[in-house]
Amino acid sequence: MSDAVLGERLPQPRPPRGAPAGPPVRIAASLDQRLMQAGLWLALAFLAISLALPMGMLLARAFQDAQGGFVGLANFATYVTTPSLVRSVWNSVWTAAVTTILVVPLAFAYAYALARSCIPFKGIFRAVMLVPILAPSLLPALALIYLFGNQGMLRWMLFGENIYGPWGIVAAQVFYCFPAAAIILSVALSTADARLYEAAEALKAGRFRIFLTVTLPGAVYGLVSAGVVVFTLVVTDFGIPKVIGGQFQVLATDVYKQVVGLQDFNMGAVVGMVLLLPAIAAFALQRWAEGRRAGTLTGRATPYIPRPRRARDLPLLVLCITVAALLLGIVGVAAWGSLIRFWPWNLSLTLDNYEFSRFDASGWGAFLTSIEMSLLTATIGAAIVFVVAYLLERAPQATRGARLLRGAVGFLATAPLAIPGLVLGLAFILFFNHPANPAGIIYGTLAILVLNSLVHFYTVGHLTAATAIRQLDPEFEAVGSSLKVPAWTTFGRVTVPICLPAILDIWVYLFVNAMTTVSAVIFLYGPDTKPASVAVVHMDEAGQASAAAAMACTILAATAAVKILHVAMGGAVDRLTQAWRRR
Amino acid sequence: MRRSAFLLTGLALGLSLAAPAEAQQRTRLTVYTALENEQLAPFKQAAEAAVPGIEIAWVRDSTGVITARLIAERQNPRADIVWGLSVFSLLQMEALDMLEPYTPAGAQALRPNMRSDRNPMTWTGMDAFVSAVCFNTVVAQQRNLPRPSTWADLLDPRFRGQVVMPNPNSSGTGFLTLAGWIGAMGEQNAWQYMTRLHDNIQVYTHSGSAPCNNAARGEYAVGLSFDMRSVALRNQGAPIEIIIPTDGVGFDLEATAIMRGTRNLDAARRLADFAVSRPAMELYGRYYALLALPGVEPTVRGYPAEFAQRLVNADFREIAGQRERILREWASRFDGKSAPR
Repeated sequence: MSDAVLGERLPQPRPPRGAPAGPPVRIAASLDQRLMQAGLWLALAFLAISLALPMGMLLARAFQDAQGGFVGLANFATYVTTPSLVRSVWNSVWTAAVTTILVVPLAFAYAYALARSCIPFKGIFRAVMLVPILAPSLLPALALIYLFGNQGMLRWMLFGENIYGPWGIVAAQVFYCFPAAAIILSVALSTADARLYEAAEALKAGRFRIFLTVTLPGAVYGLVSAGVVVFTLVVTDFGIPKVIGGQFQVLATDVYKQVVGLQDFNMGAVVGMVLLLPAIAAFALQRWAEGRRAGTLTGRATPYIPRPRRARDLPLLVLCITVAALLLGIVGVAAWGSLIRFWPWNLSLTLDNYEFSRFDASGWGAFLTSIEMSLLTATIGAAIVFVVAYLLERAPQATRGARLLRGAVGFLATAPLAIPGLVLGLAFILFFNHPANPAGIIYGTLAILVLNSLVHFYTVGHLTAATAIRQLDPEFEAVGSSLKVPAWTTFGRVTVPICLPAILDIWVYLFVNAMTTVSAVIFLYGPDTKPASVAVVHMDEAGQASAAAAMACTILAATAAVKILHVAMGGAVDRLTQAWRRR
Repeated sequence: MRRSAFLLTGLALGLSLAAPAEAQQRTRLTVYTALENEQLAPFKQAAEAAVPGIEIAWVRDSTGVITARLIAERQNPRADIVWGLSVFSLLQMEALDMLEPYTPAGAQALRPNMRSDRNPMTWTGMDAFVSAVCFNTVVAQQRNLPRPSTWADLLDPRFRGQVVMPNPNSSGTGFLTLAGWIGAMGEQNAWQYMTRLHDNIQVYTHSGSAPCNNAARGEYAVGLSFDMRSVALRNQGAPIEIIIPTDGVGFDLEATAIMRGTRNLDAARRLADFAVSRPAMELYGRYYALLALPGVEPTVRGYPAEFAQRLVNADFREIAGQRERILREWASRFDGKSAPR
């Protein structure tokens, strides 16, 4: 189908067969370029329908009153004159900044250990680092309450302080954002040119100097991405502040208050717009980092293989064990919570909590819905995300129009990160439920849940793909095109295999997030498509914390199984596609 | 690669479209509700038995989420009927002209303050739920706290940091509590009361059920919530007592309304008829202590005999009209003002 569309855009006259050797090469390249250009237009259309138009419809509400009349900036005036709303901006920014400062170095050290040292059990550490996002956020929140709440087992560790408040938010967010940062950084650190290190050593540079002048510059883009992602994740997440934040107000809970508490979509849209500011800042920052990047893996690169060195490996191993133990410990507490009768009064063990139909009409059906939805999201999503990232990196930028197109798609690919699920969910209702929208047929079906999750979690996948592709020298394509190999062949035979680990990471990331997401789909599920993650929230709200934990653990079991499969497959994939990295 | 992605999208679309197309003779009614989870199965069973030819497909969520969804879907309503949603939400929707006027058969017999005053009616009441105190007896014993029996008792300094209530700006239950105080004490005194209570409050939660859940887990001694909430918790073995203060409590109605624009008007009307019938009221009476139809004895246990006298007089329409002003006032006084202790 897409080929037919593309075909119409192709230039009609093909060069005759016996044409002189020079020009055909250029025309062949330009055919590739046109194809890529057309692909970018398709990407733009896709992101416009699934993101820009719905968000536009919602954000237009910021300039309307409840009846839909235009009121200009009146809502913004109300916003800035309401002290409790403005205070939230500062609260959001500082908790996000503290979380970022804590998470990024920690994730960097962890990723560094995985990519650049010779510690054992790397596969296990690689899998464990994802644990926080393998389960719905309610699970760590419950675990924190069981551990540090007023009846908590480790309450003495707080010295009389209270977990409910900003520090509870920071603690939970550090746990929750760690995987996103670790994924991006381990991709960024996984490729390096050994020649640079050899040169540095030949020049007698010290280890610290090599780290500062070779390792860090190679990872700058990944560091900036990770920082941007963590900061924005914290600012937009409302699940954690809602459960553990007490009355500490942040922007995301303000959106919840305006939309769910007051049904004031106009003010909700205003707060939503304020929330987009970090996205724009992030975009600018990323542009800046992009200007400083260079392909670290040129066609002549020899892959860097770490050699064992105790002074480096031992501390890193200790660090990895500590982090992994903390991550597993928190989840372990929650898993135990799913087996007890009622915290904290009756701690006898039972399996009754797993009989979900006792607590929720959809029973185990919700779990199957989630599996189906997540498989579709991950498979469709990983393909779209990777192809779009490739087009963005490799499409020609000769003309002003091409650069604008690339800028637009690039922005739309980064924007979802900054959009709270709640806002995206509402935007989807307004757009896809509009009587005049032919795409409305997907409303209330599984398809809209899939589309929504795909868009909602687009950015981290996109950044992972971009980081991976960026490390490939465009020379690969240049060589391909000079050998008259069409770009899609190079893409299929070189780019995709080299980036297969990153693609699998994206697939898994989308799968687990689709399994655990709540905030957007809670507005979109229909009578037959209630996902398990929403059932978790419902059971917790009904006071059935153990059943909620049990459903959350079932989700965890599914996502962990997928992750384990991923690790197992990763070995095989590595042997098949990454052998060239070894000498 | 891209082509296969499109194929998959198409496949996904096709699959998800095919699912609802299974042949059915019965009319499938999409019913939006905020009823408790455990009520869904018995309510569906009773309605499908009593009204031949309908099938109920629930979409259930918390009051705030369901209301936000209904209002957001206003241009193209997906719900045929709402069964079991706060009357405040329905009045909001009435003001937006979202409700289909219809007087169900027998609705005239309902208590006058528990049905719409329009003709034809826009909504009909089912039962009342009231704000209540979830009191953890174990924590109370540990901390040597007295059992509160009135709202005024909660001002005792011994309760400092032991009271949780829902933020009225986030939760309908929070607003219900607030409206009850205003109804019982008069607005001026209610603000004074809240200012003093504020000193004892540890957290204003975003969810209406969280205070009672927290009290059940022993996080705090006292959670302000509504009566239904505690039942499930007590059945699981939580050491909580449900207290309905004797100095006047606010109440809210669960109510039924047909959505304007439903494609199944006839079936929706028949369900609305059932929702006010005596058998339906007996069903509600298994969970709630005050029913919209006089003369039906509720079978739910644990409520004091003079329960109905504790309810403050409430003019829902007037309260709904003042909601925005009251909430703004509350926010400027208490919201985010206090740093977490």
